[in-house]
Amino acid sequence: MKWLKGFGLFWYDFIIGDDWHVAALVAAGLAVTAILVHSAKVNAWWLLPVVVFAALAWSLHRATTQKK
Amino acid sequence: MNALPLILTVFVACAVEAVEALTIVLAVGITREWKSTYQGMAAALVVLAVVTAAVGPAISYLPLTALRLVVGALLAIFGLQWLRKAVLRATGYKSLHDEASAYLKEVAAAQQAATESRRGVSDWYSFTLAFKGVLLEGLEVVFIVITFGDNQHNIPAAGVGAAAAIVVVVVTGIAVKAPLTKVPENWMKFSVGVMLTSFGTFWGAEGAGVSWPGNDAALLVLVPVVALVAAACIFWLRGRSAAPKSAPAPDSEVVSS
Repeated sequence: MKWLKGFGLFWYDFIIGDDWHVAALVAAGLAVTAILVHSAKVNAWWLLPVVVFAALAWSLHRATTQKK
Repeated sequence: MNALPLILTVFVACAVEAVEALTIVLAVGITREWKSTYQGMAAALVVLAVVTAAVGPAISYLPLTALRLVVGALLAIFGLQWLRKAVLRATGYKSLHDEASAYLKEVAAAQQAATESRRGVSDWYSFTLAFKGVLLEGLEVVFIVITFGDNQHNIPAAGVGAAAAIVVVVVTGIAVKAPLTKVPENWMKFSVGVMLTSFGTFWGAEGAGVSWPGNDAALLVLVPVVALVAAACIFWLRGRSAAPKSAPAPDSEVVSS
Protein backbone atom coordinates (compact mmCIF):
# COMPACT_ATOMS: atom_id res chain seq x y z
CA MET A 1 0.00 0.00 0.00
CA LYS A 2 2.81 2.37 0.95
CA TRP A 3 4.58 1.48 -2.31
CA LEU A 4 1.39 2.12 -4.28
CA LYS A 5 0.93 5.52 -2.62
CA GLY A 6 4.54 6.44 -3.36
CA PHE A 7 4.09 5.34 -6.99
CA GLY A 8 0.95 7.49 -7.33
CA LEU A 9 2.63 10.49 -5.70
CA PHE A 10 5.61 10.13 -8.03
CA TRP A 11 3.43 10.27 -11.15
CA TYR A 12 1.34 13.12 -9.70
CA ASP A 13 4.49 15.12 -9.06
CA PHE A 14 5.96 14.15 -12.44
CA ILE A 15 2.93 15.19 -14.50
CA ILE A 16 1.00 17.73 -12.44
CA GLY A 17 3.90 19.35 -10.54
CA ASP A 18 3.74 22.22 -8.07
CA ASP A 19 0.40 23.72 -9.11
CA TRP A 20 -2.51 21.46 -10.05
CA HIS A 21 -4.54 24.49 -11.18
CA VAL A 22 -2.36 24.73 -14.29
CA ALA A 23 -3.16 21.15 -15.30
CA ALA A 24 -6.87 21.69 -14.56
CA LEU A 25 -6.96 24.88 -16.67
CA VAL A 26 -5.20 23.23 -19.62
CA ALA A 27 -7.59 20.24 -19.46
CA ALA A 28 -10.60 22.59 -19.24
CA GLY A 29 -9.26 24.67 -22.14
CA LEU A 30 -8.93 21.58 -24.31
CA ALA A 31 -12.42 20.37 -23.36
CA VAL A 32 -14.03 23.74 -24.21
CA THR A 33 -12.05 23.90 -27.47
CA ALA A 34 -13.31 20.43 -28.46
CA ILE A 35 -16.90 21.42 -27.60
CA LEU A 36 -16.66 24.65 -29.63
CA VAL A 37 -15.18 22.84 -32.62
CA HIS A 38 -17.43 19.80 -32.68
CA SER A 39 -20.73 21.16 -31.31
CA ALA A 40 -20.73 24.87 -32.22
CA LYS A 41 -18.59 24.44 -35.37
CA VAL A 42 -16.29 27.28 -34.27
CA ASN A 43 -12.63 26.89 -35.22
CA ALA A 44 -11.44 28.03 -31.76
CA TRP A 45 -7.68 27.82 -32.39
CA TRP A 46 -7.20 30.99 -30.33
CA LEU A 47 -8.74 29.63 -27.11
CA LEU A 48 -5.98 27.28 -25.88
CA PRO A 49 -3.15 29.84 -26.22
CA VAL A 50 -5.24 32.33 -24.21
CA VAL A 51 -5.92 29.70 -21.52
CA VAL A 52 -2.23 28.72 -21.41
CA PHE A 53 -1.09 32.35 -20.97
CA ALA A 54 -3.76 32.95 -18.32
CA ALA A 55 -2.75 29.75 -16.48
CA LEU A 56 0.91 30.82 -16.43
CA ALA A 57 0.15 34.34 -15.22
CA TRP A 58 -2.35 33.15 -12.60
CA SER A 59 -0.03 30.44 -11.29
CA LEU A 60 2.85 32.94 -11.01
CA HIS A 61 0.58 35.43 -9.28
CA ARG A 62 -0.50 32.77 -6.77
CA ALA A 63 3.08 31.59 -6.17
CA THR A 64 4.34 35.11 -5.49
CA THR A 65 1.52 36.37 -3.31
CA GLN A 66 0.80 33.30 -1.17
CA LYS A 67 1.76 33.62 2.44
CA LYS A 68 4.33 31.23 3.82
CA MET B 1 8.90 20.16 -39.31
CA ASN B 2 12.58 20.05 -40.25
CA ALA B 3 14.55 17.57 -38.11
CA LEU B 4 17.01 20.21 -36.85
CA PRO B 5 14.60 22.12 -34.52
CA LEU B 6 13.41 18.75 -33.19
CA ILE B 7 16.98 17.58 -32.51
CA LEU B 8 17.94 20.93 -30.91
CA THR B 9 14.84 21.06 -28.68
CA VAL B 10 15.37 17.50 -27.45
CA PHE B 11 19.11 18.15 -27.06
CA VAL B 12 18.62 21.16 -24.75
CA ALA B 13 15.85 19.49 -22.73
CA CYS B 14 17.85 16.31 -22.25
CA ALA B 15 21.06 18.20 -21.44
CA VAL B 16 19.30 19.86 -18.48
CA GLU B 17 18.15 16.48 -17.17
CA ALA B 18 21.55 14.88 -17.76
CA VAL B 19 23.32 17.65 -15.83
CA GLU B 20 21.05 17.03 -12.84
CA ALA B 21 21.56 13.24 -12.96
CA LEU B 22 25.32 13.72 -13.32
CA THR B 23 25.43 15.86 -10.16
CA ILE B 24 23.82 13.06 -8.11
CA VAL B 25 25.97 10.30 -9.61
CA LEU B 26 29.22 12.23 -9.13
CA ALA B 27 28.36 13.13 -5.52
CA VAL B 28 27.57 9.58 -4.51
CA GLY B 29 30.30 7.94 -6.60
CA ILE B 30 33.13 10.17 -5.41
CA THR B 31 32.01 10.21 -1.77
CA ARG B 32 31.03 6.54 -1.34
CA GLU B 33 31.99 3.93 -3.92
CA TRP B 34 31.76 3.69 -7.69
CA LYS B 35 30.84 -0.03 -8.02
CA SER B 36 27.44 0.28 -6.31
CA THR B 37 26.87 3.64 -8.04
CA TYR B 38 27.44 2.04 -11.45
CA GLN B 39 25.12 -0.84 -10.48
CA GLY B 40 22.40 1.69 -9.56
CA MET B 41 22.88 3.54 -12.84
CA ALA B 42 22.79 0.29 -14.82
CA ALA B 43 19.60 -0.87 -13.07
CA ALA B 44 17.94 2.49 -13.82
CA LEU B 45 18.99 2.31 -17.47
CA VAL B 46 17.48 -1.20 -17.72
CA VAL B 47 14.16 0.06 -16.26
CA LEU B 48 14.23 3.03 -18.67
CA ALA B 49 14.85 0.70 -21.61
CA VAL B 50 11.89 -1.48 -20.55
CA VAL B 51 9.62 1.57 -20.17
CA THR B 52 10.70 2.91 -23.57
CA ALA B 53 10.23 -0.46 -25.25
CA ALA B 54 6.76 -0.82 -23.71
CA VAL B 55 5.44 2.73 -24.10
CA GLY B 56 7.06 3.70 -27.43
CA PRO B 57 5.36 1.13 -29.69
CA ALA B 58 2.09 1.33 -27.70
CA ILE B 59 1.89 5.08 -28.33
CA SER B 60 2.36 4.63 -32.08
CA TYR B 61 -0.79 2.45 -32.21
CA LEU B 62 -2.94 5.34 -30.91
CA PRO B 63 -4.91 7.31 -33.55
CA LEU B 64 -3.04 10.53 -34.38
CA THR B 65 -5.87 12.79 -33.16
CA ALA B 66 -6.08 11.08 -29.76
CA LEU B 67 -2.30 11.01 -29.51
CA ARG B 68 -2.02 14.74 -30.23
CA LEU B 69 -4.75 15.56 -27.70
CA VAL B 70 -3.18 13.54 -24.87
CA VAL B 71 0.43 14.32 -25.70
CA GLY B 72 -0.38 17.99 -26.35
CA ALA B 73 -2.09 18.29 -22.96
CA LEU B 74 0.82 16.59 -21.19
CA LEU B 75 3.44 18.68 -23.01
CA ALA B 76 1.60 21.94 -22.32
CA ILE B 77 1.29 21.08 -18.61
CA PHE B 78 4.92 19.94 -18.50
CA GLY B 79 6.11 23.04 -20.36
CA LEU B 80 4.14 25.39 -18.11
CA GLN B 81 5.76 23.73 -15.05
CA TRP B 82 9.20 24.41 -16.53
CA LEU B 83 8.30 27.97 -17.50
CA ARG B 84 6.80 28.67 -14.08
CA LYS B 85 9.96 27.50 -12.30
CA ALA B 86 12.25 29.33 -14.74
CA VAL B 87 10.31 32.61 -14.34
CA LEU B 88 10.23 32.28 -10.52
CA ARG B 89 13.99 31.62 -10.50
CA ALA B 90 14.76 34.47 -12.92
CA THR B 91 12.86 36.90 -10.68
CA GLY B 92 14.36 35.70 -7.39
CA TYR B 93 11.15 34.22 -5.98
CA LYS B 94 12.84 30.86 -6.01
CA SER B 95 16.54 30.20 -5.63
CA LEU B 96 18.42 29.24 -8.77
CA HIS B 97 19.09 25.53 -9.15
CA ASP B 98 22.72 25.63 -8.10
CA GLU B 99 24.55 22.44 -9.13
CA ALA B 100 27.46 23.21 -6.78
CA SER B 101 25.13 23.54 -3.80
CA ALA B 102 23.09 20.48 -4.85
CA TYR B 103 26.37 18.56 -5.12
CA LEU B 104 27.53 19.63 -1.64
CA LYS B 105 24.17 18.64 -0.13
CA GLU B 106 24.36 15.19 -1.74
CA VAL B 107 27.97 14.79 -0.56
CA ALA B 108 27.07 15.73 3.03
CA ALA B 109 24.16 13.27 3.07
CA ALA B 110 26.28 10.55 1.48
CA GLN B 111 29.04 10.99 4.07
CA GLN B 112 26.59 10.58 6.96
CA ALA B 113 24.67 7.56 5.67
CA ALA B 114 25.64 4.14 7.01
CA THR B 115 27.04 1.47 4.69
CA GLU B 116 24.72 -1.50 4.29
CA SER B 117 25.14 -4.48 1.99
CA ARG B 118 21.93 -5.80 0.45
CA ARG B 119 20.89 -8.08 -2.43
CA GLY B 120 24.43 -8.48 -3.71
CA VAL B 121 25.08 -4.72 -3.67
CA SER B 122 27.95 -3.75 -1.37
CA ASP B 123 26.64 -0.21 -0.67
CA TRP B 124 22.84 -0.02 -0.85
CA TYR B 125 22.81 3.78 -0.26
CA SER B 126 24.98 4.46 -3.33
CA PHE B 127 22.92 2.04 -5.40
CA THR B 128 19.51 3.52 -4.52
CA LEU B 129 20.63 7.14 -4.86
CA ALA B 130 22.18 6.56 -8.29
CA PHE B 131 19.17 4.47 -9.32
CA LYS B 132 16.63 7.13 -8.32
CA GLY B 133 18.63 10.03 -9.78
CA VAL B 134 19.14 8.39 -13.18
CA LEU B 135 15.60 6.95 -13.31
CA LEU B 136 13.79 10.20 -12.46
CA GLU B 137 15.79 12.39 -14.83
CA GLY B 138 15.79 9.61 -17.44
CA LEU B 139 12.00 9.33 -17.38
CA GLU B 140 11.75 12.98 -18.36
CA VAL B 141 14.17 12.33 -21.22
CA VAL B 142 12.12 9.31 -22.39
CA PHE B 143 8.91 11.34 -22.17
CA ILE B 144 10.33 14.17 -24.28
CA VAL B 145 11.89 11.84 -26.87
CA ILE B 146 8.75 9.74 -27.32
CA THR B 147 6.26 12.61 -27.41
CA PHE B 148 8.26 14.93 -29.67
CA GLY B 149 9.58 12.12 -31.84
CA ASP B 150 6.24 10.38 -32.30
CA ASN B 151 4.34 13.58 -33.10
CA GLN B 152 6.90 14.46 -35.77
CA HIS B 153 7.07 10.84 -36.98
CA ASN B 154 10.79 11.02 -36.33
CA ILE B 155 11.68 9.22 -33.11
CA PRO B 156 15.22 8.48 -34.41
CA ALA B 157 15.96 12.23 -34.76
CA ALA B 158 14.66 12.84 -31.23
CA GLY B 159 16.80 9.93 -30.05
CA VAL B 160 19.85 11.48 -31.71
CA GLY B 161 19.22 14.78 -29.87
CA ALA B 162 18.85 12.97 -26.52
CA ALA B 163 21.88 10.71 -27.05
CA ALA B 164 24.04 13.67 -28.12
CA ALA B 165 23.02 15.60 -24.99
CA ILE B 166 23.82 12.68 -22.70
CA VAL B 167 27.19 12.04 -24.38
CA VAL B 168 28.20 15.73 -24.25
CA VAL B 169 27.22 16.06 -20.56
CA VAL B 170 28.83 12.76 -19.47
CA VAL B 171 32.07 13.39 -21.41
CA THR B 172 32.27 16.93 -20.01
CA GLY B 173 31.54 15.59 -16.51
CA ILE B 174 34.31 12.99 -16.83
CA ALA B 175 36.72 15.65 -18.14
CA VAL B 176 36.11 18.15 -15.34
CA LYS B 177 35.35 15.52 -12.64
CA ALA B 178 32.93 17.96 -11.02
CA PRO B 179 29.30 19.06 -11.33
CA LEU B 180 28.69 21.28 -14.35
CA THR B 181 28.15 24.57 -12.56
CA LYS B 182 28.76 26.78 -15.61
CA VAL B 183 25.72 25.49 -17.51
CA PRO B 184 23.10 28.29 -17.76
CA GLU B 185 20.48 25.84 -16.49
CA ASN B 186 17.70 28.32 -15.85
CA TRP B 187 17.81 29.84 -19.32
CA MET B 188 17.96 26.38 -20.87
CA LYS B 189 14.91 25.46 -18.82
CA PHE B 190 13.18 28.66 -19.91
CA SER B 191 13.86 27.88 -23.60
CA VAL B 192 12.69 24.28 -23.25
CA GLY B 193 9.62 25.45 -21.33
CA VAL B 194 8.77 27.76 -24.23
CA MET B 195 9.16 24.95 -26.77
CA LEU B 196 7.21 22.37 -24.74
CA THR B 197 4.39 24.83 -24.05
CA SER B 198 4.21 25.94 -27.70
CA PHE B 199 4.23 22.45 -29.19
CA GLY B 200 1.88 21.17 -26.48
CA THR B 201 -0.59 23.98 -27.21
CA PHE B 202 -0.32 23.41 -30.96
CA TRP B 203 -0.77 19.63 -30.85
CA GLY B 204 -3.35 19.71 -28.04
CA ALA B 205 -5.59 22.15 -29.95
CA GLU B 206 -5.14 20.11 -33.15
CA GLY B 207 -6.13 16.99 -31.22
CA ALA B 208 -9.24 18.85 -29.98
CA GLY B 209 -10.16 19.44 -33.63
CA VAL B 210 -9.02 22.95 -34.55
CA SER B 211 -7.30 23.88 -37.80
CA TRP B 212 -4.48 26.32 -37.18
CA PRO B 213 -4.25 29.29 -39.56
CA GLY B 214 -1.29 28.49 -41.82
CA ASN B 215 -1.13 24.91 -40.50
CA ASP B 216 2.39 24.07 -39.23
CA ALA B 217 3.54 27.65 -39.96
CA ALA B 218 1.43 28.74 -36.96
CA LEU B 219 4.24 27.38 -34.78
CA LEU B 220 6.53 30.09 -36.16
CA VAL B 221 4.22 32.63 -34.53
CA LEU B 222 3.25 30.58 -31.46
CA VAL B 223 6.82 29.92 -30.23
CA PRO B 224 7.90 33.61 -30.17
CA VAL B 225 4.56 34.68 -28.68
CA VAL B 226 4.92 32.15 -25.81
CA ALA B 227 8.52 33.38 -25.28
CA LEU B 228 7.34 37.01 -25.23
CA VAL B 229 4.54 36.29 -22.76
CA ALA B 230 6.92 34.41 -20.45
CA ALA B 231 9.48 37.24 -20.74
CA ALA B 232 6.71 39.75 -19.96
CA CYS B 233 5.92 37.71 -16.83
CA ILE B 234 9.56 38.11 -15.75
CA PHE B 235 9.38 41.91 -16.17
CA TRP B 236 6.01 41.99 -14.38
CA LEU B 237 7.30 40.03 -11.36
CA ARG B 238 10.57 41.97 -11.24
CA GLY B 239 8.59 45.19 -11.15
CA ARG B 240 6.39 43.84 -8.40
CA SER B 241 9.26 42.57 -6.25
CA ALA B 242 10.94 45.98 -6.51
CA ALA B 243 7.81 47.70 -5.19
CA PRO B 244 7.30 48.05 -1.42
CA LYS B 245 4.91 45.66 0.32
CA SER B 246 5.35 43.28 -2.52
CA ALA B 247 5.61 39.54 -2.70
CA PRO B 248 6.96 37.23 -0.01
CA ALA B 249 10.66 36.73 0.44
CA PRO B 250 12.53 34.77 -2.16
CA ASP B 251 12.76 30.99 -1.69
CA SER B 252 9.16 30.77 -0.51
CA GLU B 253 8.86 27.59 -2.52
CA VAL B 254 10.66 24.35 -2.09
CA VAL B 255 13.40 24.14 -4.66
CA SER B 256 13.20 21.14 -6.89
CA SER B 257 14.44 20.31 -10.32
